[in-house]
Amino acid sequence: MLGLNKKDLQLMLIVTGLTMLAPFILNPFPESSGMAQFNAGYPDLMQRFVIFGIFAIGFNLLFGLTGYLSFGHAAFLGVGSYGAIWMMKLVSLNVIPAIFMGVIVAGIFSVAVGYICLRRSGIYFSILTLAFAQMSYALAYSVLTPITGGETGLQIKSTDRPIFSSLEEGETGRANLFGMDMRQSFELNIGDWLFTFNAGYYIAAIVMLIAFYVSIRIFRSPFGLMLRAIKSNQTRMSYTGLNPRPHTLAAFVISGMYAGLAGGLLVAMDTQVGPERMFWTASGEVVLMTILGGVGTLIGPVLGAGVIKYMENILSKINKDVLHEWFAFMPDGLEDFIVFLVYPFIGKGWHLTLGILFMLVVIFLPGGLVEGGQRIGKWIKNRGKAKDTGGSTEPAE
Amino acid sequence: MSKSNFTRRGLLKTSAVAGAGLALPTIFTAQSAHAFTNEPTGGTVTLGFNVPQTGPYADEGADELRAYQLAVEHLNGGGDGGMLNTFSSKALDGTGILGKKVEYVTGDTQTKSDAARASAKSMIEKDGAIMITGGSSSGVAVAVQALCQEAGVIFMAGLTHSNDTTGKDKKANGFRHFFNSYMSGAALAPVLANAYGNDRKAYHLTADYNWGYTTEEAVRASTEAMGWETVAAVKTPLTQTDFSSYIAPVLQSGADTLVLNHYGGNMVNSLTNAVQFGLRDKQVNGKDFQIVVPLYSRLMAKGAGANVKGIFGSTNWHWSLQDEGSKAFVKSFGTKYGFPPSQAAHTTYVQTLLYADAVQRAGSFAPCAVAEALEDYEFDGLGNGKTLYRGADHQCFKDVLVVKGKENPTSEFDLLEIVEVTPVEQVTYAPDHPQMGGPEATLGACNNGA
Repeated sequence: MLGLNKKDLQLMLIVTGLTMLAPFILNPFPESSGMAQFNAGYPDLMQRFVIFGIFAIGFNLLFGLTGYLSFGHAAFLGVGSYGAIWMMKLVSLNVIPAIFMGVIVAGIFSVAVGYICLRRSGIYFSILTLAFAQMSYALAYSVLTPITGGETGLQIKSTDRPIFSSLEEGETGRANLFGMDMRQSFELNIGDWLFTFNAGYYIAAIVMLIAFYVSIRIFRSPFGLMLRAIKSNQTRMSYTGLNPRPHTLAAFVISGMYAGLAGGLLVAMDTQVGPERMFWTASGEVVLMTILGGVGTLIGPVLGAGVIKYMENILSKINKDVLHEWFAFMPDGLEDFIVFLVYPFIGKGWHLTLGILFMLVVIFLPGGLVEGGQRIGKWIKNRGKAKDTGGSTEPAE
Repeated sequence: MSKSNFTRRGLLKTSAVAGAGLALPTIFTAQSAHAFTNEPTGGTVTLGFNVPQTGPYADEGADELRAYQLAVEHLNGGGDGGMLNTFSSKALDGTGILGKKVEYVTGDTQTKSDAARASAKSMIEKDGAIMITGGSSSGVAVAVQALCQEAGVIFMAGLTHSNDTTGKDKKANGFRHFFNSYMSGAALAPVLANAYGNDRKAYHLTADYNWGYTTEEAVRASTEAMGWETVAAVKTPLTQTDFSSYIAPVLQSGADTLVLNHYGGNMVNSLTNAVQFGLRDKQVNGKDFQIVVPLYSRLMAKGAGANVKGIFGSTNWHWSLQDEGSKAFVKSFGTKYGFPPSQAAHTTYVQTLLYADAVQRAGSFAPCAVAEALEDYEFDGLGNGKTLYRGADHQCFKDVLVVKGKENPTSEFDLLEIVEVTPVEQVTYAPDHPQMGGPEATLGACNNGA
C-alpha cells in the first residue's frame, strides 16, 4: 500500500499512531503527583518534537545516505524561518503560504551553498558548510539588521498589515490555518490526568508524517540507492561513468528544503525568529540528534530529536527545591547528600547528562537508539530459545 | 483492493458520524471557564523565573535566581522581610500574594531567544505560571515579552538595557524596572563634561548588535549636545576577543576619548587591550586620553581587574548605596548567600515585589488589572529613591548612578564607587522620543489571554 513494502508500512503506521496519540503518551503521570514534572505533553514541546523531527529526518537524508556531514544545516532552518515570517508579515497570516515560502527560500539558498560546498567532500565539506552557516548567522545578527531584526529578531507586530488579512486597527495578527488559530487547543480531563490537544501540534504532526513518508520513499528509490553508492565509494562510481555531483546536490537541496520546512513550521507555531537559530550549536544539535537516534535509519533521527528536546525542556527545569521535595522522605543529612550528588546532572547541568548519554550511545550502541531497540527486540524474540549454532549471516558490504 | 460503492444512504451515514466526531471536541473546551490565562485556583500561585543558567550570562543569571528565591521567601513571610519593610506600599503582609502561597518554577534561557521562549512557554502551558520574569539580554527580553503578550500573562523584565524593550518593541503586558541606554547617555554626559571638558573628540567602539546601536546612539546624542565631537564610530563583531586591531587606529584618528559600547566579556577584553596599548598614558590635543564605559556591572569590573580604575560608567544600582531599602536588601541577601547582591539581583528582586504588590493592590491576578495597578504608579524605598512606573511605555523612571572604577578596592566586591546620582528629571524623555521608535511604537492593548 502507498508504494511501501510491509515492513515500511508497519513503521509508518507505528509512527502515525505515536504522533496522533502523543498527547496521551507524553502525559503518563497524574497532574498532582510529583512525577508530573516529567510530563512532556504540552503543546510547545510536542510541536518541537515533531518539527525538530522533520529537521533531523531531512538531515539524515543527506548524512545517512550520502555520508556528507553538513555542519551548517541550521542556516537553512534559519533562512526558512525568516522567509516564513516575512510572508506572514507582508502577505498572509495563513501558515500554508508561509511554510511554502520557508521551503522555497531554504531550497534556493541550499542550491547556492551546495553548489559551492559540494566541490569538496569529507571534513572540507563540513568546514565549508560550517563557514556558510556562521556567515549567515553573523549577517543576520548584525549586518542585515534591517531585514532580520538583528539580535532581537522578527516578530509579528501590531503595525503589520498583511495584504490578505482583515485585522482591525491595532490588532496583532496571529498565525492561523483558514481561521483556525495555531494556539487553539482543547483540554480533556480524565480523573487526575489532563490531556491537551493542540491545533498547531496536529498540523505539524501531519506535515511530519508526510515528510516521513517522503523520506521512506527516497530511501527505497533508485535515487536513494545512488546516494548510498556515493557513500560507499564515490570514486568507483565516477569510474563507472556516473557523475555523482548532481545526485549529491539534489540530496543536499532536498535536505535543505526539509530544514526550511522545519523553519517555516517553527514560525507557524510560534511567530518569532532570532538569529541564534542559525548559530553553529544549532547545527551541531541536529548532528547529535541524528547520531543519537541512529544514522541512516528511518525513525532514528525522530527519536534522537525527541530525546534531545525532552532533555532541554524537562531536565533543565528541575531545580534544587524540586530535588529536595523528592527526597524529603530521607533523613536530613542523607537528603542533602543525595541532592548534592544528583544536582550537577539536572537543571543547568542538563548538557552534562546529555553529553554522558551521547557518549554511552556512541560507545555501546554505534547504531544509535534504534540499534538499542533492535537489540532488545532480538533479545525478547530469542529468549527461551536455545542458542542456535550458525549466528546471523551478514551480507557483504 | 477494496471495492467502494457510494450510495446515498452510505454517504449520509458517514457524514453524520463524521459530523458528530467533529462536534464532540467542543464539549471538552474547558478553557472558557477561566477568566484569564492560568487563573490560580488553589492555595498557591506559580511564578516563572526564566534566567540564563548556561551560556555567556550564566553568572548574572545565577545571581538573578538567588534574588528571586529571596523575594519568594520574603513574600511568603520567611527571612527578615528585606525590602518589604522599607517599601512605600504596605499592601504586602508576608502571607503570599492575595493570601496564596508563592511557588515558582525555573528555566534556562541559554541567552537564546528560541530557548527562552520554549522555556517560558513550558512555564505557561505546563506549570501554569501567571507571571514570567527574567532575561539578561535585550534580545531575549524582547522575544519573551512578545510571547507573554500573546499568551496573556505579565512579563517583568530583568536585566535588559537596550532602548527597544520599552521603546520600539514595547508591549502592554511587559514592564521594565532596569534603566536603558538613553538614560545611561543622559546621565553620563554632564558628568563627563564636568570631568573632561566640553571640547572632547570621541571615538566609539560599538558591539555590532541592537544593544550596541542604541547605546552608541544615546551616548553620541547626549555628548554631542554637550559640545563633544564624534570622530568615528566603529562596529566590532560580538564574538571578537582581541581588540588590538580596533584600538590601534584610535590614536591616529586624533580622538582624545574612547567610548566602549561593549558589555560583558567584550568590554573586559576591549578595555584590557586599550589599557595595554597605553592609551590612558597618552596626551592628545593637549589633554589626557580618557576611556568611558556606558554600562557597568560588577561582574565586568571584576573581569577587567585593575584596568577599570578611574573609568566612568553608569549602573542601575550598587550595593554600597546607603538608603534604607538598599541596606535592608544587602543585609538579607548577604545573610542568605554570604556576599553582596549585583545590580541584576536587585532589579529582579524589585520586579518580583512590584508585581506582587500590584496584584495585591488590584485585588486580582488578571494581567490587565495588574497592568493598570502598575501604570503610573509611584513608589519609594526599593533602593533607587522615588520611582515612577510610567504608564505610557511601562518603563521605570528613577535616579541613575554614575560610577567609576575604585582606585583602592577593599574587597573583590568593592570595585565601583558612586560619583554622582543623576536626578530623574535629567534622564526623563518623551514616550515617543525618536530613540524609542518614535510615534509608531505603541504598547497595544493589554491581553488577559483565554
